Amino acid sequence: MNGKRGLSLIFLFSIGVLVAAPFGLKPYGIYLLSLWAVMTIAAIGLNLTLGYAGQISLAQAAFVGIGAYTGALLTTNGWPLGAAFALAIVLCFAVGWLLGYPALRVAHHYLAFVTLSFATLVYLVLRNEEWLTKGVYGITGIPRPTLLGWSTQGPVDFYFFCLGVLALTSLAAWWLLRSPWGRAFTALRENPVRALSLGVDTRRYTLMAFAIGSALGGVAGVLYAPLVQFIEPNAFALNLSFNLLLMVIVGGAGRFFGPFLGAAVSVLLPEWLRFSEGLYLILYATFVMVLLAFFPSGLLGLAERAQRAWLRSSKSAS
Amino acid sequence: MAAVLQVRELTKAFGGVHAVNGVSFEVREGEILGLIGPNGSGKSTLFNCILGQLAPSSGEVRVDGRAITGMRPCDLNRLGIGRTFQLLQVFPQLTVRENLVLAGQEHQGSMWTRLLGPRDAGVGAAADRMIEFFRLAALADERAGSLSYGQQKLLDVAMAFMAGPRLVLLDEPAGGVNLTMLAGLRERLRAINESERATFVVIEHNMEFVMSLCTRILVLAEGRIIAEGTPQAIRNDPRVIEAYLGN
Repeated sequence: MNGKRGLSLIFLFSIGVLVAAPFGLKPYGIYLLSLWAVMTIAAIGLNLTLGYAGQISLAQAAFVGIGAYTGALLTTNGWPLGAAFALAIVLCFAVGWLLGYPALRVAHHYLAFVTLSFATLVYLVLRNEEWLTKGVYGITGIPRPTLLGWSTQGPVDFYFFCLGVLALTSLAAWWLLRSPWGRAFTALRENPVRALSLGVDTRRYTLMAFAIGSALGGVAGVLYAPLVQFIEPNAFALNLSFNLLLMVIVGGAGRFFGPFLGAAVSVLLPEWLRFSEGLYLILYATFVMVLLAFFPSGLLGLAERAQRAWLRSSKSAS
Repeated sequence: MAAVLQVRELTKAFGGVHAVNGVSFEVREGEILGLIGPNGSGKSTLFNCILGQLAPSSGEVRVDGRAITGMRPCDLNRLGIGRTFQLLQVFPQLTVRENLVLAGQEHQGSMWTRLLGPRDAGVGAAADRMIEFFRLAALADERAGSLSYGQQKLLDVAMAFMAGPRLVLLDEPAGGVNLTMLAGLRERLRAINESERATFVVIEHNMEFVMSLCTRILVLAEGRIIAEGTPQAIRNDPRVIEAYLGN
């Protein structure tokens, strides 16, 4: 079996599992899978900004928040979810573009602090501007959409809706990263000075990387609101930003399927560790520390190493 | 013959230190100009000022008669001005071919046509020609980071030529390259110079390489041009010998 065929088999098998899974799960399990799909979308966005274009951002939760509040406010006022998606994408794209400007002047941990401040600012706006966001009371009764007569009210239906949006987002991201833009983003990460000397307009691409990554955060937010049906500012505090960063890095930054794995670890692993009761956060933290200490390129980096070792051993055996 | 590059009274001061101090020269079309001088004489700073990486303190740079002082490196590259850096600068995670495609993709159309237009737009074919020309065919699909130093250096130079360049500034192309590869590099540079009428400015410490490649040589010391002439004349110029060896 060669590497490519093996990967396609794993890919098809994963899709099969994702489609079959909700039929064997209780509502809470289906909720977790839906949450995984939503967080994967936000992590795909951050992976584009951080993993491919090399711009660290601790503001992704802010964009999930902007998207969620856009979705909640519009749909509770009778607007269709499609309008919420459109507005959230435009809004997050524009705000993400503006957030990119500091990245033209500062990098690495300085940029981390700039984006962290922005995330805090958005959190404070969500909490304090009660006329718009209802503050700490949050927004309740967020409706789930009906698409062409298909009601997504039930957990399984809504899960498939999330899965559909994830599939569309993944295709769009795949298309983008295979385009000349994807190459330019990678060049920006690896060597911005050289990229600039080769005609790559690093300013524009930096801003674009922020804007697109943020817009995907917004998409995740719009989907998150009808999933939980009740949102309040704390869901989009710094904790979520760090969690999304962890997903990207644990999965494998700059690798297309990294966010899928990273989000699975972050959303599902803590639940599987619940049997250990009080110990589960400690076990989870230990796992993440060991993984990153020994495999800084994340789970996919680990998988690539294992695959290379396996190919070598099968070659020497024959 | 028309001047491709004109530099007038270019000065770059870092605090009180004048790294480049009132340098003026011209490079004619199709010329291969050597730029030599002891370490710290301002050669790389001069390159960076010409190419927009550093803002000169004063002075003017023209390419084909057009003032380019203060333009960004990416816009200059799109005018057909390529460069290499003193230290190796390839993208290690991309393959050899991807490095070359990247180096050529930004020259046509706009950002939007690159995203929405045809994926290749002829850049792939140009990259393949460059791979063939620099004899990198066997390595085309290898990650650039896995190549030997000399091979990466060849790739680095090849990338500078993907702009279809009119003018290329090479900063120590021979540094760390073994003798066989060096002869190959010299031959490739000459071939591009003749077939494309491309103009080169080459910074180099390898005297044999400079003397055999260049048609004219400028000598820089302490930010000023102290001598100019044919390789033969420079070799015997007492001012040059003094600048290198001290008195």
